[in-house]
Amino acid sequence: MTINVKTDFKYVGTRPIRPDGLDKVTGRAMYGADLNVQGMIYGHIVRSPYAHAKIKSIDFSEALKLPGVLATMSADDLPDPGDIKIPGGEVDFELKVFSPIIMARGKVFFHAQAVAAVAATSASLAAEAAKLVKVEYEILPHVLDVHAAAREDAPLLHDDVFTQGVDPVPTKPSNVSAQLELKMGDIDAGFAKADLVIERTYCVPMCHQGYIEPHACVAQIDESGKVDIWCCTQGAFMVRTLTSAITGIDVGKFKVTPSEIGGGFGGKTTVYIEPVAVILAQKSGRPVKIVMSREDVFRASGPVSSSETRVKIGVTKDGKITAIDTDIVMDSGAFSSSPIFPAVMFGSACYRCDNIRSSGTEVLTNKPKVYAYRAPGAPQPMLAVECVINEIAQKLNMDPIDFRLLNAVDEGDVPLFGVPFQAIGLKTALREAKKHPNYQAVLKENQGRGVGAAFWINAGMQSSATINVSEDGRINVLTGNPDIGGSRASMALMAAEVLGVPMETIRPTVVDTDSIAYSDLTGGSRTTLATGGAVIKAAEALVEELKKRAAALWALDIKEIEWVDGKAVAANGEKVFTLAELAAKAGVTGGPLCAVASHNAHNAAPSFAVNVCDVEVDRETGKVDILRYTCVQDAGKAIHPAYVEGQMQGGAVQGIGWALNEEYLFNERGELDNAGFLDYRIPVASDLPMIDTVIVEVPNPLHPYGVRGVGEVSICPPMPAVVTAVNQAAGILVCDLPLSPPKVLAAIDA
Amino acid sequence: MSKQRKTHVSTTVNGEPCEFLCEPTQVLSDVLRNNLNLTGTKEGCNTGDCGACSVMLDGALVCACLVLAVEVQDRDIETIEGVAKEGKLHPIQQKLLEHAALQCGICTPGVVIASKALLEKNPDPSESEVRYWLAGNLCRCTGYDKIIRAVLDAGAVMRGE
Amino acid sequence: MPSVHYEAPTSLAQAAQFLQGNSNVKILAGGTDLLVQMKLGIRQPALIVDIKHIPELMEFTLGDQGLHLGAAVSGAIVNDHADVRRIYPGFVEALGLIGSSQVQGRCSAGGNLCNASPAADSVPALMVNRAMCNIIGPSGTRTVAVENFNTGPGKNCLARGEILVSIDIPLPAPRSSDAYLRFIPRTEMDIAVAGAAVAIRLDATGVCTAARVAIGAVAPTALLVPAAAAALVGSKLDDAALSKAAAAASAASSPISDKRGTAEYRKKVVGVLVRRAAIIAKARIEAQV
Repeated sequence: MTINVKTDFKYVGTRPIRPDGLDKVTGRAMYGADLNVQGMIYGHIVRSPYAHAKIKSIDFSEALKLPGVLATMSADDLPDPGDIKIPGGEVDFELKVFSPIIMARGKVFFHAQAVAAVAATSASLAAEAAKLVKVEYEILPHVLDVHAAAREDAPLLHDDVFTQGVDPVPTKPSNVSAQLELKMGDIDAGFAKADLVIERTYCVPMCHQGYIEPHACVAQIDESGKVDIWCCTQGAFMVRTLTSAITGIDVGKFKVTPSEIGGGFGGKTTVYIEPVAVILAQKSGRPVKIVMSREDVFRASGPVSSSETRVKIGVTKDGKITAIDTDIVMDSGAFSSSPIFPAVMFGSACYRCDNIRSSGTEVLTNKPKVYAYRAPGAPQPMLAVECVINEIAQKLNMDPIDFRLLNAVDEGDVPLFGVPFQAIGLKTALREAKKHPNYQAVLKENQGRGVGAAFWINAGMQSSATINVSEDGRINVLTGNPDIGGSRASMALMAAEVLGVPMETIRPTVVDTDSIAYSDLTGGSRTTLATGGAVIKAAEALVEELKKRAAALWALDIKEIEWVDGKAVAANGEKVFTLAELAAKAGVTGGPLCAVASHNAHNAAPSFAVNVCDVEVDRETGKVDILRYTCVQDAGKAIHPAYVEGQMQGGAVQGIGWALNEEYLFNERGELDNAGFLDYRIPVASDLPMIDTVIVEVPNPLHPYGVRGVGEVSICPPMPAVVTAVNQAAGILVCDLPLSPPKVLAAIDA
Repeated sequence: MSKQRKTHVSTTVNGEPCEFLCEPTQVLSDVLRNNLNLTGTKEGCNTGDCGACSVMLDGALVCACLVLAVEVQDRDIETIEGVAKEGKLHPIQQKLLEHAALQCGICTPGVVIASKALLEKNPDPSESEVRYWLAGNLCRCTGYDKIIRAVLDAGAVMRGE
Repeated sequence: MPSVHYEAPTSLAQAAQFLQGNSNVKILAGGTDLLVQMKLGIRQPALIVDIKHIPELMEFTLGDQGLHLGAAVSGAIVNDHADVRRIYPGFVEALGLIGSSQVQGRCSAGGNLCNASPAADSVPALMVNRAMCNIIGPSGTRTVAVENFNTGPGKNCLARGEILVSIDIPLPAPRSSDAYLRFIPRTEMDIAVAGAAVAIRLDATGVCTAARVAIGAVAPTALLVPAAAAALVGSKLDDAALSKAAAAASAASSPISDKRGTAEYRKKVVGVLVRRAAIIAKARIEAQV
């Protein structure tokens, strides 16, 4: 399928101030914890002190004695999930892996798992009451390490988990929840052709999205049973679906209003507290607010899987890749939720190679259930593949970018996941990286350079948009996708482009689930493409309607009307109506002007990115200083280039954090030892140089404006770029992340 | 919990006299947000590690989550709500917008307060000085690049350049 | 947090009454440690005594005798004093490393000392500057050398009812200077993995005639290392002397392994920091001329 991709733009590609900017620099913007309503009380969640235990009893009697404690809850207040499926867009979810995260049922599987909750008239009273809830546990042996968990004699988490992907289906339950393998070509023949083979194993620990805003919500239920939820989320409709399934309340009774969202990166694509607030509101008859503490966010939300990737790559002496073989093991925490499928599918997607084998194993441990984080599953295997590619280029005495150019995928190539590439921007991005001044900078002693390339699939999925025109011709664009990084600006720019009116006359709004048709969540790098696609569609429908109205006023056929620069034009320009004039006459031409679009985007196209990092290593302390950093990324078309750069820079710095300092540290009891920003060390401003960006635009041939996604691929190249730079600078080979100073120093001194 | 009377506090917030009742353990960020409905001051950690609750207390930059509300009797507090005056943005607010230096925006009020404090003390800071001054204002979205450029640019505007 | 009373006395006498009248009392200066400890449930005082309204605790003067620093004076105020910065560069940089710019608006050298964290940044710098702590209590006033103030992690020499009023730091001799370095995984916002302060005096020919070396985060309290100082005295801070001082500091350390660093790493790095701090102090003296 091909379509006409627009290339001449008037508004798209400019850098206006974002429409919601004023509210955000003045403190008026309302985030999750910012809503207080009349009669509101506060919920507090009781969490497990053990990593693995049976819940023998829960006694609320002491807590209920405190005046002002108005409701309590536990899993007994939620429907038993059994084998109930939650309807997803294309794949259904199992309720039994969501419900126990909200409230443990009979057993706790990780430290700080929710066990019970109380609601009281003040936050401090609720916290005090929570301490009085008596939970009797029978402690079970726990297992934290994936290899230990995979052993036959390991403490078993679930007696109803049988390894998926094994034929025949095992009859004995296991902590190994899934196994899969994908192949193309003949891997042995591929290695037989190789002149050089390098095999390494790279490990990445559990990391957290680290959004600055903790999860927060307010829930209330009216006398008719209608449920109102206000919360910070990447998807109000997702909250509606999941909260309905978890609480057993009909989905039609919910209205979910998304607040402004203080960061998510995938971490706010599920629910943790909303169902609790709903049940407490139901039982108390009062609006209930819950705000997670920072500590609880780290302990009990969904971090990213830790992983171990063994990769073996073979090349000929003239630098052609002949075989890529990877095995990935991912720790999913207490429930199956890891991105093992994309990890297996996408790890080697940047390279043209006839012989690829990729396998994955998902293991359950007594740790928090992992959840989505920016390009789920991709950064970990790509770290391993890219680092080995860098090592191979060095061994062959080839420039690492030249080596990649020789092997990079291009239009027509078929990757392991089977969908042939259309026009893609990897080679362009590689060439841009190579000619960037940063790549020419001369390295001094103890300095090193690393390159990383990456692929991400990007999502499409369902979105809707409504456009209303006021009587003075101003435009309201309504969508259901929380604006996590400037998407209101993109929506307004695309509407402006279609309607031919300045962006300043357009007010984009993110609305609640009662005010717009269903929209999948903000994630998968899909909002600009899919929700933007809905906006374009609605705007095009509105233009048709405007032409129709003008035709009626002029008594002409609609075919004689053109829409030019925000005006209906006919008779070679002698007849003109502006949008505002048509809006003023709407009452006599057929009623209010509006347009609605329903969109299921099947036109997503992949993104590629290339990063180059220069570092200096302090040989006496092992400390790494980032000297220069360059991100090159194919955006397809950058609707608002400044926010595209922002995604590139933000992803790069998160990846730098993973590479150098971020990691979950569990003690032997399975408690997270660094559940705060003091010791979970995300990069701070002084850790970094400016992050230079180059936007490449190879249009997505399937999208009217050429848009690809931009939010996720940016986190994939930094780890290999940084790790290679450090290893080169120090003359070491550390494959176990993060490359924290003690590890680097130990390798230098070894 | 022992029955305890709340403490009455009179103070000044954004130039206006202000009174509230608080529990002795309530911190200033809690009172600003939940007693005074000044929710522009954000809470990201409650332990002084993220800077989202930055406010000025008698001219000193502080984390409002590490100040007891009872301490602010007869003090002078400036919050994000008081930065734009008479319908006009402060240059740092304007420059953050122009540079697209916010994505989710949750750290932005704290960044505004902290940057303004820096530029009042050091009107012509180097990039490195801005970076170290703002090290306590965590931002997970932007990688800081555009924030740093916005602060440097706001400094230039304030110096009349 | 359970209930707690708050008092803000305006005199030492008033403060003394509160301190003696309650067995579970905590002094609030900047609160950057205490409030975090209370929120995390580590400390649950019944009474909080805010000492920032007591004039003696807020004194800040630089005179012929040196720096007189009220125990509750904030880091930001000290850091903004150009002469103090010039005369005690190592101490001011150590104090300035505590927390963020926001924390600097509240934290104090006195609080840093009383909190008695082994990793307190300002304490090694106070030690090499021969700081004296002025204490008032039920049995009158006493003065304690800063190196004798802390007795273990979270423990100090204050008896019940006693309060640290101020810290006196003598003026450094001519051709002297100091420096403080700490190691952290990031560039800011971390607790020291290791810290080292060095104060030295050089004669006209560049020979070190006096030295003090103190290390932090590598023992139950910050520690003076006389052997490291002795290694520097009599030398021109040549490589051999610096290596000897570094080795002495590593040898004197007895670190633990925790989430912030291993014992082995800390031992190694503290020596590196001593060497580097000595070089900075020397450069500062040379820049004075």
